[in-house]
Amino acid sequence: MNKIFETPLYPYARSVDQQTAEPAAHKVVIIGAGPVGLAMAVDLKQQGIDSIILDDNDKVSFGSRAICFAKRTLEIADRLGFGDPLVEKGVVWNLGKVFFDDRKVYEFNLLPEDGHKRPAFINLQQYYFEEYLVNRARALNIDIRGRSRVSAVEPHDSHVDLTVETPDGPYHIAADWVIACDGAGSPTRSMMGLDFVGRVFEDNFLIADVTMDAEFPTERWFWFDPPFNRGQSALLHKQPDGVWRIDLQLGWDIDKEEEKKPENVIPRLKAMLGDDVAFELEWVSIYTFQCRRMEKFRHGRVLFAGDSAHQVSPFGARGANSGLQDVDNLGWKLAHVIHGTAPETLLDTYDVERIHGADENILNSSRSTDFITPKSETSRIFRDAVLDLSEHHPFARPLVNSGRLSMPCSYDASGLNGVDALTGAPHRSRPGSPCPDAPFMDGYFLSNLGGKFVVVGLNTDVPDQLDIDGVRVKGLHVDTAHYPLMAERYLGAVAAGVYLIRPDQHVTARWSEFDQAAVVAAVKTALGAAV
Amino acid sequence: MSRLTLSPNIQGADDFYANLLAAHEGLTKAQSDALNARLILILANHIGDRAVLDAAIDAAKSAGPKP
Repeated sequence: MNKIFETPLYPYARSVDQQTAEPAAHKVVIIGAGPVGLAMAVDLKQQGIDSIILDDNDKVSFGSRAICFAKRTLEIADRLGFGDPLVEKGVVWNLGKVFFDDRKVYEFNLLPEDGHKRPAFINLQQYYFEEYLVNRARALNIDIRGRSRVSAVEPHDSHVDLTVETPDGPYHIAADWVIACDGAGSPTRSMMGLDFVGRVFEDNFLIADVTMDAEFPTERWFWFDPPFNRGQSALLHKQPDGVWRIDLQLGWDIDKEEEKKPENVIPRLKAMLGDDVAFELEWVSIYTFQCRRMEKFRHGRVLFAGDSAHQVSPFGARGANSGLQDVDNLGWKLAHVIHGTAPETLLDTYDVERIHGADENILNSSRSTDFITPKSETSRIFRDAVLDLSEHHPFARPLVNSGRLSMPCSYDASGLNGVDALTGAPHRSRPGSPCPDAPFMDGYFLSNLGGKFVVVGLNTDVPDQLDIDGVRVKGLHVDTAHYPLMAERYLGAVAAGVYLIRPDQHVTARWSEFDQAAVVAAVKTALGAAV
Repeated sequence: MSRLTLSPNIQGADDFYANLLAAHEGLTKAQSDALNARLILILANHIGDRAVLDAAIDAAKSAGPKP
């Protein structure tokens, strides 16, 4: 077993807050030091906001857990300053193979579009993701308090009272804002008596991480109804360090404790991998899953992010990836509210925009689950028909659904969007959408964005800087003669244009030329000013 | 946008119907169900137009006996 699971990454240390009689005051308290909580603290710190992170544990999460990190997550990680170690360690894959019964029905290549800094996906164990994030948080002097369990949450109009249990007894904190990133079983949510409704899928999946010296290529292999797991599905995926993730669907009526025992797991894996492959079990877990979300992610001064707010099936890698998009969305908004440059109601747009994202993820992952586990005889007949056809006819392949891999969502209907006044420009970069990357200067375009508002002039002039009631907007000039992919992705058929981009790298408005009054109005709209 | 055709449109309708039944001849119920599903998917792809497909699903639903 990897020793990363054994070593405390943020061991308990007595804090000064435990010596004071009065509750210690903090601007922001983040509950949970998983990928979402850690990233949240880093994002806020980069925007000048201090926070503390409380976690009842002191180590990385056990087992590989989330293993597929999407391009958008890597771009967010770049903005937060920990993208490079992820990509250096991660496994890049493009080829996927789909098997039905005893035969390969087709294969697909993700063929990522050229001219992006980051690949479509990397596979990486969650514990590495957390470790690199902790390193980044440490470099920013973020206070991570291990073995500090929040045992009471009392929201008030002006602040939130928290009780924290430690090995040295309890202490109290008065927080201006609390962000609950404490996972699908969120104790914060329970303590506040909030709902978490949705659909439970009656199925069990066995996840096994195995190390093996095998000649399997770096590809994603998915089986429907294979001979070694009749009537069920299976997935094989490569991770770094020679670790393979194997997912075996087990069905509903099983004895979980029995199935988890190595003497039952090993024969299943041998049937899949062949008798002659030597492997070692690193981690085994059985999970069932749900697709559900909270009705609202903002409850006054308590905000929920990641799995605590929404939960999806693992098909499509939409858990951790959507959690990072929550961070991306909330970080700049909360920073502006705390700095006094935006009204508190801006936080309600976190609710609107990320509920839209959560619903999209729940829809996609529910559909994948319905394809993988047909719920009726008729749905199984159609599923099998799609798979049989996919072997012979390309048209059926897009219908095969073994997970629609996570894509960032566009906030099309968001009230923060300004006008789309650049007729003929590409749909992909419309207001609300995440900025597409492209080669620019001696690197990539996205590296020049993020953390603050940017007004981009493509083949037209914009000021170097604007100050709008204390909000600084950076000007960026792009001459697309040198960067044809910038022209393709932002201008399309038009010769020039101006884009206003939010601190989370989403487009908020675009025009054919710079007009200061229009840009000022759009920045105010994006900061939640009443229009 | 094209609309769902619900007036007679198959030339040699009797021959088509006979071919459809012939394709199912000798098949078990399960094999027939699978053939029908493949056929529906092939025809749906040929039509392609989502509005026409949705109209076809509605027309099929409303023509049967009330469940």
